[in-house]
This record gives sequence, C-alpha cells and structure tokens, in this order.
Amino acid sequence: MKKKLKEIIKKYGSNRSFLVPILQDVQREYGYLPREALNILSQLIDVPISHIYTVATFYKAFSLSPRGRHQLSLCMGTACHVRKAPQIRDHLVRKLQIEPGETTPDLEYSFNTVNCLGVCALGPILVADGEYHGQLTITKADKILKELEKKERTTKKVAANEN
Amino acid sequence: MKIRNPKELEKLRNKLLANKDPQKPCITVCASSGCVALGSKRLVDVLNKELKERSLEKDIDIKETGCHGFCEGGPLLIVYPEEICYLRVNEKDIPNIVAKTVLNHEIIERLLYKDPATGKTIVKQSDIPFFKKQERLIIGANARIDPSSLEDYISTGGYSALAKVLSQMSPDEVIGEIKLSSLRGRGGGGFPTGVKWESTRKAEGEPKYVICNADEGDPGAYMDRSVLEGNPHSVLEGMIIGAYAIGSNAGYIYLRDEYPLAVTRFTLAIEKARETGLLGKDILGSGFDFDVTISRGGGAFVCGESSALFASIEGRAGEPRAKYVHATDKGLFDKPTNLNNVETWANVPLIINKGAEWYRTIGTEKSKGTKIFSLVGKINNTGLVEVPMGISLREIIFDIGGGIPKDRKFKAVQTGGPSGGCIPEQFLDKPVDFDELVELGSMMGSGGMIIMDDRTCMVDVARYFLSFLEEESCGKCTPCREGILQMREILDRICQGQGEESDLETLEQMSQAITDGALCALGSTAPNPVMSTIRFFRDEYEAHIRDKRCPAGNCKDLISYSINQATCTGCGACLRACGTNAITGEKKKPHAIDPAKCIKCGACIETCKFNAVEVS
Repeated sequence: MKKKLKEIIKKYGSNRSFLVPILQDVQREYGYLPREALNILSQLIDVPISHIYTVATFYKAFSLSPRGRHQLSLCMGTACHVRKAPQIRDHLVRKLQIEPGETTPDLEYSFNTVNCLGVCALGPILVADGEYHGQLTITKADKILKELEKKERTTKKVAANEN
Repeated sequence: MKIRNPKELEKLRNKLLANKDPQKPCITVCASSGCVALGSKRLVDVLNKELKERSLEKDIDIKETGCHGFCEGGPLLIVYPEEICYLRVNEKDIPNIVAKTVLNHEIIERLLYKDPATGKTIVKQSDIPFFKKQERLIIGANARIDPSSLEDYISTGGYSALAKVLSQMSPDEVIGEIKLSSLRGRGGGGFPTGVKWESTRKAEGEPKYVICNADEGDPGAYMDRSVLEGNPHSVLEGMIIGAYAIGSNAGYIYLRDEYPLAVTRFTLAIEKARETGLLGKDILGSGFDFDVTISRGGGAFVCGESSALFASIEGRAGEPRAKYVHATDKGLFDKPTNLNNVETWANVPLIINKGAEWYRTIGTEKSKGTKIFSLVGKINNTGLVEVPMGISLREIIFDIGGGIPKDRKFKAVQTGGPSGGCIPEQFLDKPVDFDELVELGSMMGSGGMIIMDDRTCMVDVARYFLSFLEEESCGKCTPCREGILQMREILDRICQGQGEESDLETLEQMSQAITDGALCALGSTAPNPVMSTIRFFRDEYEAHIRDKRCPAGNCKDLISYSINQATCTGCGACLRACGTNAITGEKKKPHAIDPAKCIKCGACIETCKFNAVEVS
C-alpha cells in the first residue's frame, strides 16, 4: 500500500496543497479511503492525521467505509426534483432498504444522491456504475436494478466456471 | 510543433483553412455529456464501422462536437455541407443516413425537427425556432469544432485574440478594453470584470493568481460544463489574456469532479496548448510565462464561493471566511487573486477580437453581451440557450423554449439557483438582466432557469432549496448551520399539514436574521427561495396551513390517490406496478386503490396510459 501511495503522491510533487486530488486518487484506487492509507499518507506528506480527517469528512465525494460493488447516484438537482426525483429516491430507499449515502450489508449496492450532475435536460437521472440513465421513472429504475443483478449473476457464473 | 510567434499562428491558420474542403461531406455528432448519456458514443462507433465497410473513411469526415444546446432532441447529428439536422438519432438509422443523405442527398423526413405549431419539418438546425431568437456568440462554436482538436479551434480564429494582446496591447490597454466592454461576472454576482482585473493588477504582493471558477454547483445550471466540454480552448485563451493583463504567471481551474468529461477535455486542451507554446514559458515569443493547474473539486457546493474555493485548492476543508479583505488583495495562499467564472473567461477573446465598442451594442444599459441559460424543468425545449441581455422571460420560455409540456399552465420560473427566487407569470414580460432579476426578488445566478407548472408545489420548492443548502452548509457559522435547519423543519411541518398561522411570520423573521448574520453568500442568500415564494405564492402557503391542502397535488401527506372508475380500462398495468399491493381489481374491470396500503409513490400514475389515476 505504501508503494502505491508513494506513486500517487509523486504525481503531485509531494505538495500538501494537493491533498484533495491525492485523496481522490486514493479513493479511486481502493474504492474508499482506508484508515491505513490515511495513516501512511499523513507520514508521507507530513500532514497531521486530524487535518486529513477534516478534509476527508468535509467533502461529499469521500467515503471512509468500503463501498458496494455497484454505485448508484441519483441526481436531486432542481430540474430532476420538479420531474419527480424524490419519488424515485423514496422508491430506491424502499427497494434497497438503505438510506442515501449507505451501502447494503452484502456490499452489493452503494446508493447516494447528488446535487446536480449538470445533465438537467434529461432529468431525472440515475448513474449506475458510471452509466447515465435519463428520463428516469420508477419502472425504469427497477429495470436498471434488475439488469445489474443479471450482470452480477453472469459474472459470478463465469467466475465459478473458471474455477 | 511549436508556434513561436503570432505570424506562425496566422500561417498555421491559413494552412488549415486552405486544406479544408468546405464541400467535403462531414457528419458531426454531439458528444457532450447529455447526448453521450443518450448513446451518442455508440452512434460514432457505428458510423465509423459503416464508413469502413463501405470504404468511405477518406471521403467522409466524422466529427464529435460539443453541446449544441438543443438537448431535448439528442442525440443530435448534422450532415454537412447541407447542414441537415437529425434529432433523436438511433444507431439503426446510421446505414440509412449514410446511404440516403450523405451519398444521395436525400432527406430522411422522420428524423427532422417537426414544428409543433405548423406541423412542418425543418431541415437546417439554424432554422429551428429554438435557435432563431438566440445570439450564440459563446456556444455557437460548439457545434462546429471538435473540442479535442486545437487545430479546429485555431481554424475558427482561435488564439488570435491572444496573439493580438501579446503583440499589440499593453496590460493596461487590455484592462481598459475589458472595462470599456462593461463585461460583468457571469458566475452570478455580476461584478465588473475589468474593475476586478485592475484591482488585482494594482494589488501588492507576488505571485498573483488567476483562477477559473468551474465549480458549477447551482442545481439546474450546466452552461459551464457545456462550454468546458465543447470549447475548452476559448476558456483557456481568456485566462491567458487575463493573466497577461493582471501580471500573473500561475493559474488554476477549480473544476467539479462530477464533470468527468469536462476534466478530460480541459486536461487535453492544456496539454495541447503547452505542446504548441500557447501555454507555458515565453508564450508566442512574447516573453510572457503562464501555466494552468487543474484542481478537481471534492463535491462541496460551498466551494463555488471564492474564499472556500481558495481553501479547497490549498488542501483544506472548503470553509469560507469573512470578506473584509478582498480576494484581489489576499486570495489564494494570501496572495492577490483574480477569480472569474467559466463563461466570463470565454467572453474575453470575443471582446478582444471584435472590440469593446461592438460588445457594448449587445444587451441593456447596465448588462452588456449575451448570457447562456439552461432551460430545464417543465418545458418543451429543454436545453441551453444563449440570448442577448434584455430579452424578456416570455420570449425565452415560450418562443425559444416552446412553452409548457402537455399544455399545462405556467406557474413560475426559478432563477439564480438556491440563492435566487421564483418569478410568477405577471413578470414574464420583464427584460432579463442582472438588475431586473434582483428587483424581482431573484437573481441571475449562473443562469439556471427551472420552469415550473401548476403541478409544482411552491412550498415544496422552498423546502427543497433549504434542504439542499442545509446539506451543503459548511457549518462554520451558526446563522447558516442552525437557521436553515430550523426553517426547513417549519416547512416540513407545513408540507405535512401541521403548519400554524404564525409560521409565515417566523419564517420571515428568521430569513432576515440569517441574511444579516451569515458569513458568506451561501448563508446570506439562503432564505431567498422562501422569501420569494412567500411573496408571490402566499396563497399556496395558506392553503397548506389553513385548509391542509396542497393545491399542486404534490405534498404526500395532503393528497390521496384514487382511480377514476369511468376511464379505467382494467388493463392491470398499475396493479403490476404497485409495490405495496394497494391496487386491486379484476381484469378488464375498473380497479381501485386501498388508501390504507397506498404510499403515494406515483408508480401507478407513471404506468397508466389512460390518465385514470387521480390525485386529490
């Protein structure tokens, strides 16, 4: 882990003012900000761990706990709001049985809401594993979940066959 | 390849233009985030394959462009030289488009824009009513250039303003020109850009910083994303010119991480500009050095505020500070800093090229030039529109935007994001500029225009903005952190039918207190959506409080769902969609909703094709 972190820091010339992008890269690497990584980072760039935690908990983009295999982000911008995004949020909360910002206990899904993705013309928008789904309805959202499940099953099957 | 001086730039431009055959067929596909979400990447893949199979790769060009603005019709494809504009293109249409339109000049009627007023189809993009009343000085180029190509930008006159500035103008002359143009900050504040540049230039302290604020966080606004994705060099050119005028050698662009495509395209633009000597040391042989670093935001709305933005670039939590010291004196790293918004920077090359006098002819007395608005919500033609300042709201919403879908009634237009307000119908003929919107209790903001119809509840809209800001408040000052929370709780109660007569007065008092006491603009403008909805839609608040009724049929606790027995055909679609088994009924006989089980999620309304599900 130390080696990987050193590589990331090197890109930014060990400059502590790049803490936000450094943490973004760490998160991209591990899917979240592991405690161990933050401790090592603190030594490497000579920034108190308390300061790193201040930054890591301030910005919405960072997660201190592992996230699910599938990332669902629902846009809650004004344009999506007036086109019934709140109903879809409530539906997903019921369906996944987690609140926005949480991850299902089996680490399958992380669900969060974002304050405008800037694709307002297509609202409401759900981003599932990086893919944008526009003009969302409750029925469409269900379909997307089903497809993710299906994909999951096929990958598991392939993995089982390979074993 | 290095461009060593303005002459070489001119030579390159002439060469690029000479090599271009205007009659050569070219298919452009919009590759902005919106159209990509609708599958435009796939279109390009299929197009490439199709041309390869027909061995036409050399005869027909394919170009991925930035956002055209008509997002409603995406994915958008245009066939040049005829400028045939196809909307909502599917990959299955591609073989037909190549065979019929490109090779045989045949027009496919089905894919054209159909004017809802006349029923006639329109071939050229520029003839579509949506585009006709616009003045697309900034986003117009998006449709013509490939954002990943520096050559494309240069061939349309790109970097000629920079060359002019570096070879013919002194920094003071540049500032004079921008001051004369009366350009005002497009991020929302409307502060005179030239004055800001001058203050930073005169401020003591080195180094000086130039920053582009691309932390476009206002929900419902995406013009900056489109400019960055569609024409990144125009913003970069503006920044270099500004840096020269101010006397800065280091710049930053603070770009939202939620805009991955904009980050990619701007990174590429910086790299290409560096390679060619348009950025870095000794730009165009002038001896002037300037470079730009990208700082990706961490997803905090408050970081659009200048002092919070500086804190974020410095690697700290994005908390604002009080503004008694101006950023132009002590900004980033406590050095003189000039911060402008994306759209402001993109205006700069235009002003230098065409002159401040020309620029002043566009717009109103105190607001010059054009403004890009994102027209979203309950509107037929969703998309980006660029219009001269002073155009009326009615022209934007009805002539360009095509009015409200399903012929519903217009209720309000929300401008200025969470700091703005809702403007009702009686003011639709007011001209749009910085000062007029403030007079209407709203503000320009970064340019989001969210249209609301009679099914939008204004109390809920006010509550929405407060919960947005409650979440985004950095928590540093008490009026914002606690005040917004308390106000949101009152609105929650009102929406649940538990409002009291005294609530409106309490809301008004608290609004005043937060406005007076908050540290930064996020807090001090937070009550605006509440104040403006109380001002213009008091009757809706009163209906919630006194009659326990939501006139728009939106607030869950105040409405009930039922099925109209006369129009229900018993198709069973709602029954299958209902997640709580609240709907019962035999096939082909009218269904019914059990109010005890119904959670008012709206799934039945969504699936019913006969409008039989009613809300009361």
